[in-house]
Amino acid sequence: MTWCEAPGYWLGHEVLQNYGCRIASGLLVTIELVALSTTLGCAIALCIALIRLKGPAWARGAMAAYTTFFRGTPLLCQLFLIYYGLGSFRPFWQSVDLWWFFREPFYCALLAFTINTAAYQAEIFRGAIASLPRGQIEAAKALGLSRFQLLRLVVMPQALIVALRPLGNELITTIKVSAIASLVTLFDLMGATKLAFARSFDLSIYLYAAAIYLALVEIIRRVLALIEAHLTRHSATDNPHARAL
Amino acid sequence: MRTFFRLAVIATGVAVGAIGAHAQQKEWKEIRIGTEGAYPPFNNLNARKELEGFEIDYMNALCDKMKVKCTWVVQDWDGIIPALLAGKYDVIVAGMNATDERKKRVDFTTVYTRTPIAVIAAKSVASADFSPAALKGKAIGTQGSTIHANYLEKYYKDSTIRLYPTQEEANLDLENGRLDYVVADKMSLDDFLNNKGKDCCKEVGLIERDPAIHGPGTAMAVRKEDTALRDMISKAIEESLKDGSFEKVRVKWFKFAIM
Repeated sequence: MTWCEAPGYWLGHEVLQNYGCRIASGLLVTIELVALSTTLGCAIALCIALIRLKGPAWARGAMAAYTTFFRGTPLLCQLFLIYYGLGSFRPFWQSVDLWWFFREPFYCALLAFTINTAAYQAEIFRGAIASLPRGQIEAAKALGLSRFQLLRLVVMPQALIVALRPLGNELITTIKVSAIASLVTLFDLMGATKLAFARSFDLSIYLYAAAIYLALVEIIRRVLALIEAHLTRHSATDNPHARAL
Repeated sequence: MRTFFRLAVIATGVAVGAIGAHAQQKEWKEIRIGTEGAYPPFNNLNARKELEGFEIDYMNALCDKMKVKCTWVVQDWDGIIPALLAGKYDVIVAGMNATDERKKRVDFTTVYTRTPIAVIAAKSVASADFSPAALKGKAIGTQGSTIHANYLEKYYKDSTIRLYPTQEEANLDLENGRLDYVVADKMSLDDFLNNKGKDCCKEVGLIERDPAIHGPGTAMAVRKEDTALRDMISKAIEESLKDGSFEKVRVKWFKFAIM
């Protein structure tokens, strides 16, 4: 018996034991997908947020259109448009040497989740940065800080405190909606669970999948609490928002 | 509050009583039929959102024969057995093979079709060899929760198996070039090869039925307790095979025998 069959064995649950390894590898796919898409999405979101606040008018408009589109349409629709829509232009992708990317369901799902979460995260960053009082930025400029220093030393440390909770919510949402990856043949946690159910017709397998998602979300909640404590370590009050402003 | 509680108890009692009475009812005057509506030419929702296909016509003919009123319910394949067990409809008519695995949960009527299983690929594929060794490392697609998925998982361990919610999506991915091969019922794949897949794809060969996985053929599924319904439909199927009413529907949809 391998380690991934152990939980089912201990619980005396035959289906969970038989499909334990598939569910474990599904969990790994889910974690990879979510970790990569939220990290990449975060980097893109920061750029979008800064452009929306400081960029030229045309770029601001373009970024606003981007966030409006990707926040306003269902992720499933975006995923299908990328997977089946863009996937149907094989000769073109082959000519630009990108077919290896669009051929793989994992990359398609990663792309869909990244651009979607980037739109949400951009709005969070924009709101957090905009919430800083103008005086702070003026004072920093008066001190002769460069634009980069202003961002690194004044804006981001305070904006992150405001943004942390909504970013955590976005991460949690991404974990849960990542289940739709199973619709484009990816055996993520949900895909592996569906397979186990289809073979065994045992509904309780969904309950175990729910428990795994719940555990994942709970771990993230606790890690976020630790990060928040770190970011507000200089603060005497226990209300980080009041301190930041 | 107390009145409300009493009302709730009475309502529950009535509901349970009604269900109990329903379970005992032996006479079937109305049957609700569950189908997938995404498996042409057996059952398919056309552009006008109407069900059409061999199974739709055949079951409607059986309903006339049994003198019962039939209503159709469309249900995604993945949930088609759970929805039967939950009472959303009374019988599944959706090209379902009567496998031992499914017999653990539902009862099957007499078999009414026995279809060959085909392998299709892009036209550029020259080799007719689709043995597990030849397809090592290739991407093979089929619909999830089907006998074909079970078959591929068992014999094609060294290939990448991709499972789709519907057969149409698997066909689409073969057309897009994401898949190297697709496996499914020959009739269903012929429908694709004669229409959308005319330019892209061709049949490579037929898979021999493995009784342990594929079962004896396609049958209708009912809940285990509905033995009267099962026997009534089985009788109608047997009659239809003898009196030519099966053939009458068959020639409308297929050029060759499917039983």
